[in-house]
Amino acid sequence: MIGVGWLRSRAQTAAAAFVIAVVVVIAAATGPDLVQLYRAAVAGCASRGNCKAVMTTFATQDGSLRLWLGVLVVIAPAIIGMFWGAPLVASELEDGTFRLAWTQSVTRTRWLAVRLGVAGLASMAAAGLLSLVVTWWAGPLDQAGLSRFATFDQRDIVPIGYAAFAFVLGVAVGATVRRTLPAMGVTLVAFVAARMAVTYWVRPRVLSPLVLIRPVNVAGYGSGGFLPIPVAGPSLQLQPPNLPNAWITSTGIVDQSGRGLPPAELARLCPSLGQRRPGHGFGHTQAPASAVRSLQECGARLGALYHEAVSYQPASRYWPLQWCELAIFLATALILGGLAIWRVRRIS
Amino acid sequence: MRVRRERTLSEVAIGAGHPTAGASPPVALAASGLGKRYRRRWALSDCTLTIPAGRVVGLVGPNGAGKTTLLHLAVGLLAPTSGSISVFGARPAAGPQQLRRVGFVAQDAPVYRSLPVAAHLRMTAALNPGWDGELASRRITRLGLDPRMRAGRLSGGQRAQLALTLAIAKRPDLLILDEPVAGLDPLARAEFLESVYELAAEQATTVVLSSHLVADLERVCDYLILLVASRVRLAGQIDTLLASHHRLSAPSAGPVRPMPHSEVIAAAHSGARTTLLVRADDPVLEPGWTRDAVRLDDLVVAYMSQAAGARAADGRAAGATGVIGSRMPR
Repeated sequence: MIGVGWLRSRAQTAAAAFVIAVVVVIAAATGPDLVQLYRAAVAGCASRGNCKAVMTTFATQDGSLRLWLGVLVVIAPAIIGMFWGAPLVASELEDGTFRLAWTQSVTRTRWLAVRLGVAGLASMAAAGLLSLVVTWWAGPLDQAGLSRFATFDQRDIVPIGYAAFAFVLGVAVGATVRRTLPAMGVTLVAFVAARMAVTYWVRPRVLSPLVLIRPVNVAGYGSGGFLPIPVAGPSLQLQPPNLPNAWITSTGIVDQSGRGLPPAELARLCPSLGQRRPGHGFGHTQAPASAVRSLQECGARLGALYHEAVSYQPASRYWPLQWCELAIFLATALILGGLAIWRVRRIS
Repeated sequence: MRVRRERTLSEVAIGAGHPTAGASPPVALAASGLGKRYRRRWALSDCTLTIPAGRVVGLVGPNGAGKTTLLHLAVGLLAPTSGSISVFGARPAAGPQQLRRVGFVAQDAPVYRSLPVAAHLRMTAALNPGWDGELASRRITRLGLDPRMRAGRLSGGQRAQLALTLAIAKRPDLLILDEPVAGLDPLARAEFLESVYELAAEQATTVVLSSHLVADLERVCDYLILLVASRVRLAGQIDTLLASHHRLSAPSAGPVRPMPHSEVIAAAHSGARTTLLVRADDPVLEPGWTRDAVRLDDLVVAYMSQAAGARAADGRAAGATGVIGSRMPR
C-alpha cells in the first residue's frame, strides 16, 4: 500500500529530487569557499579591530544567490501543495480513476490515510532537506548579517511545517473542490493567506515581546515615503538599538506613564520638524549646520520628558519561535488531514 | 457460446419480490426501496431487486434507467439516499473483507494513463490480499499486452482487458462490469465477452454485466434483469424467459384472445396480419394462429415498450385500456 503512494506520485518525487539535487550541487560548489572566506574575514578583522564593518560587508556577499535560495525555500511548500497535494484526490475524481482505486480491498479511509502519510512525510523531508542545505550554505552570511529573524521562514525547521501544511491543505481542497486546476489555485491562495496571517499576526504574539527603555536618540527625521510629497506626516528617525539578531517588532517614544508622544507635542518640541530644506531633492546631501543644530536641540528637549521604548524578541527566542511555528503548522496539517479524510468518506 | 449451468431456478419472476416456492437460492445482491438523489434529480428511486448468486447476470435497460447508479451503489462508490442494498448480506464497501469479495470494472474501464501495465498489476497486487498474480500475468501474456506500455497508450479493447484482469485477479465472489463493451469494436467486444465467459465457466464467480445491447449479453449471460426507470420489468433465467414467451401471428380478423391464461405484452397490426407477443407457461393455440419462438432482444424491446407505454398512459391518466407496444417484434 505504501508502494502504491510512490507509484502514483513518481513525477512529483522525481521533480523534488531534481530540484534538491541542483541546490545540493550549487551549495557544494560555493559553500566551502564561503566558509573559508568567513574564517579568514573573522581572523583578519580581529587583529585590525574593524570587525563590525568587515562583517557588514561580508554579509552582502553572494547577495543574489542568497536571495534566490531563500525564495526557493519559501515557495517550495506552495509548489508542493499545488502540484502534490491538490491533485492527489482531485485528479482521481476528475479522471474517474477513483472507481478503480476505491474498489480495491482497502477502505477509502485507509487509502487516503496511507497516501497522506507517505506523501506528507515525503513533502516534509523534501522541504526539510532543502532548508537544511540552504541553511548550511547561508550560515556564514547569516552569522555576519546579525539579523536571523529576517530569514526566519527560509531557514531551519519551519519550512518542514509549511510543507506539511501546504500538502495536506492541497489534498483537503482537492477533495472538496474535486477538480485539479481550481484546487491548485485555491490551495495557493489559501496557503499564502495562512502564511501571511501567521507571519504578521500570530508570530509577534506567540511570546510577549521584551521592552527595552532607553533615552531618545534622534538620528534624523523625514517624511515617510519615497516621494517629495509626505505621505505619513513628519516623523523622527531614531538611532537603531544595538540588539544583534533580535527581532524588533516596534519602537516608539513614550513618557513616564508609558503614553505615546502626541503629534502636537512633537511639533511644539521640534518646530523645525517637517520643514523643507531649500534645494530639496533626491539623494543624499550634506545637511546645513543650522539643521543639524536644531535636530540636536529637538533631541535634547524630547529627552528631558520622554524616552524610547523598543519592543523586541531577543536572539535567544529564535529557536523557541521556530518550534512554536512548526508546531502550529503541523497541528493545522493534522486537523486538515482529518478534514480531508472526512470529505473523501463523504464523496458519493 | 451461452453458458449452460445447472438449473436451480425454474420460476420466472416478473417484477421483484415475488415469493418463490421452496428454498430460495443464494442471493448475491439484494436491494430494497433503493434510491439515490443528486441534488434534486433522482438517478435511481425505489428500486427493489434480487440478483441470485452463481449466475452470469445481464442487466439491461435504456439509458438513464439507473444501471450505473445501481452498480455504483453495489460496490459502495455511492451511498444510498433511501432504502438499502446488501451484497452477500453486508453493506457494500463496509470494510476490507467486503471490498475483497467484489470486483468492479467501471464504465470506460478507468486506468492510470501515465502508469505502465506492470505498475497497474503491482499496485493492485499490493491493494488486494487475495491477489492471483499468476492468473494476472498469464492473462497479460495471452492478451499480448506489453507490461512496459503506459496504460494511456492502450487501445480501448486492451484497456478494457487490463481493467478486467485487475478485477478478476482479485478473485472476487461477485464481479460487476458496467457497460464493459460499449465503445469497443466488434472484435474487441467478442474477445472481451469471451474472457468473461471463460471466467464464469472456470470459477464460481457471480457476474453482473450491464449493457444496453442485448445481443452482447445473450452470448455470455444465463440470467437477465431488465431495468426501466428504476423498476425491474423482467427478471429470470434466459432460457426460461424464452420458453415462456411466444410470438403469435394470425390474420387481423382472428380471435382476440389467442391463448387462455396468457398475457399480451405487445401487439402490432401490419397489413392484414396481427402479431402478438404473449407470455404463457402452457400455450394452447386457438385455430388460425401460428406460433414462433421469440428472440431475447425482441422480448426486451417489447417489455421496454410496455414500460414506456405504461408511463405514457400514467401521464395521460386513466383511459388506455391495454398496453400496446409501439414497436413490433420481428
